[in-house]
Amino acid sequence: MQAIHKKLQQIVCDQTLSPQQKARYLSLEAENLLPYPELDADTSEALAAGVLCDLVEGHAPYKPRYVLPDYSVVLTQGSEYLELDAPKDLDEAINCLMIAYHHVPSVTGMPVYIGHLDQLLLPFCEGLTDDQLYTKIKLFWRYLDRTLPDAFMHANIGPQDNPVARAILRVDAELKQIAPNLTFCYDPDISSDAILQQATDNIIACSKPHIANHPMHQAAFDDRGYGIVSCYNALPVAGGAATLVRLNLKEVALRSTSVTDFLTRKLPYYGDLCFRLLSSRMSYLFEKSNFFTSFLVQEGWIDRQRFTAMYGIYGMAEAVNLLQDMQQCSGRYGHDAKANQLGYQISEALAELVQRTPVKHAWRGRAMLHSQAGISSDVEVTPGVRIPYGSEPDPVTHIQALLPHHHYYASGISEILTLEETIKNNPQALFTLCKGALAAGFREFTANVDSNDLVRVTGYMVRLSDIEQYNQQQGSRINTTALGAEAAASTNILDRKPRVVSHELSPSYS
Amino acid sequence: MNSAQATVSKILNYSCVDGPGNRLVVFLQGCNFNCSSCHNPHTIGICNHCGDCVPACPHKALTVLEGKVSFDPQQCDQCDACLRACSINANPMVQTMSVEAVLARLTEHHLMLDGITLSGGEATLQAHFIGQLFKAIKADARLRHLSCFIDSNGQLGSSAWQRLLPVTDGVLLDIKALDADLHQTLTGRSNQRVLQSLRLLHQADKLHELRYLVIPGFTDRPSEVHALVELVQSLGTATQVRLNAFQHHGVIGPAREWPTASKNDIEIIAGQLRQQGIERVITPAVYI
Repeated sequence: MQAIHKKLQQIVCDQTLSPQQKARYLSLEAENLLPYPELDADTSEALAAGVLCDLVEGHAPYKPRYVLPDYSVVLTQGSEYLELDAPKDLDEAINCLMIAYHHVPSVTGMPVYIGHLDQLLLPFCEGLTDDQLYTKIKLFWRYLDRTLPDAFMHANIGPQDNPVARAILRVDAELKQIAPNLTFCYDPDISSDAILQQATDNIIACSKPHIANHPMHQAAFDDRGYGIVSCYNALPVAGGAATLVRLNLKEVALRSTSVTDFLTRKLPYYGDLCFRLLSSRMSYLFEKSNFFTSFLVQEGWIDRQRFTAMYGIYGMAEAVNLLQDMQQCSGRYGHDAKANQLGYQISEALAELVQRTPVKHAWRGRAMLHSQAGISSDVEVTPGVRIPYGSEPDPVTHIQALLPHHHYYASGISEILTLEETIKNNPQALFTLCKGALAAGFREFTANVDSNDLVRVTGYMVRLSDIEQYNQQQGSRINTTALGAEAAASTNILDRKPRVVSHELSPSYS
Repeated sequence: MNSAQATVSKILNYSCVDGPGNRLVVFLQGCNFNCSSCHNPHTIGICNHCGDCVPACPHKALTVLEGKVSFDPQQCDQCDACLRACSINANPMVQTMSVEAVLARLTEHHLMLDGITLSGGEATLQAHFIGQLFKAIKADARLRHLSCFIDSNGQLGSSAWQRLLPVTDGVLLDIKALDADLHQTLTGRSNQRVLQSLRLLHQADKLHELRYLVIPGFTDRPSEVHALVELVQSLGTATQVRLNAFQHHGVIGPAREWPTASKNDIEIIAGQLRQQGIERVITPAVYI
């Protein structure tokens, strides 16, 4: 008990954390005093060895990792539990949402999905001028950043060009806040070029929004739709993801003797262990935690049947390069056609594995494959299928190299293009790059512009000036700053061309 | 089959500084100017196969085959040691590309491109190739949305321009100096033909942008700036003028001792141009 006391003491007395942040870290320590969900010896060993990773979700999954409520329920019916009547105007609708967000759990304790906001709010906007709308959205945006300061919190807009989407883009570029993160769902048949241009101009201003390929995502889900949350995870609305575990492909390659050994023996073996880890966590949540007795289920905001299991992978670049070395091939991942081809082959094998493996409790009975963005403690392993930091080719070559991976990763593929600052003089270039990449089959388009203070740490946003301040021991009111600072110090992410911070979560005190 | 071939120094799939939107840029080897301020001087000369670069390559990417320097891109680490070893500002890594090869490259990336820009070196030294290439682009249903641009020093004669312009959508024209003597000092050539080209391109409505390199102590003199203002006014105040800042990056020889242009230097001149009614003055997004 001495060690744990010492750690709790450190958290309690940490000079950089707020009381709320301390309370969260203390709760995580308490959860992890409980035994881990039951695992067989092989799976435990792979987890301990780092071939599998549970993203430090905690020992007792008592809430899903990502919850995507169907907020139209509360906006059309109100909530008996929250004693809310259905809203009648925009002020009431925004107020309902502001209350609702505080009752939506997630892995971070803050909502990761705050709704497809233009679709939710448009019915309440009749008769409002653009300026009135702008003022209301601006106050809403300020509220979100100040009370739910977590960059994983994510809003969706689009694909229609509409006054709410425009107001949100205008406010987002003006305020340059970390929260909320934002996705514009783009559909070439529905979205106007003008709204896409406004979105890509916003990327130049503040590295947001992320642009999702709406028809491609739509095809992977059903009529109730999908949402993009946290670090570009595509998940069923009125559900979400129960858990996200990931397979470290670099570690699998290190345990392989040849490409054949990797593809035919080691990948299937560790791939199967990954399913066992995921299933054990699912069982705990669904069968023991009593989460699904929540009013969210009873009132129909979420449906127990609509939670998927995310099957994450990372370290593709290192895996491919190690396998290339085994066959005496010098071509590197992201730059060489043969190396890239091997990567596509691995993605295909993973997609096939996920497709044929039943997962109890999961939406449609299957997990969903995800190219995972990494966490701040990852060292010398590249997120998802990304090209290693500092060695990325030009944006066009970069997109072409990763394009064939995209259709395999139905629950999201986190990629970040870094663009030189010179693009600020030529916003048309970014527009064309984005539109072209999506037309070619990119599932999502995310870019950072060098010199912006607001940059992504894999998917979530941080301010570089906040990291600087945090490192001077002044603390930050934004939860993700600490993660960004840890990621920046322990990995090479600030080496990313020109500079992007990466890594998704740092879910425990360190 | 189109037999035209080009000597290519480098090809980029992405550029946002060589015309409107995202452009594929083909840098052609060889230049008829010899500017001290050149930021890619290795594009000036044409290889004479002396072989001096071969031992300089640490990756054994260069060999001499039948009296000619041969380059193996597979071995190349892009360290540019060969460029530093070359005494005539040439580049042993140049490749010969056919019109078809460039078309294939464009077809691969066309969804993400707004156009193509032929740069250099001095692109128009290979005007025949450019004409053939642009003609082929405009004849290809998948590629004809791409705008075809040339970045030029303006030394090309008017009859050659007349042949190129029907298939060219725009020209980015560099003017190194307005004063004839200063131009001679900076480039080794007179600016007479440059000014002729400028007028011709303007009249043909193909002058996309006038580019002016600000070199402190040379092209920022009040008389030069005044002459630039007068020139642009004579073309029309809507003419787009891009001010570039002289930097040391890539520069070799005595010009490395010249002072670089700061943001402040550029803003002062941009302010003067705007004050004189010139509407579209672009300044660098970045100063390195």
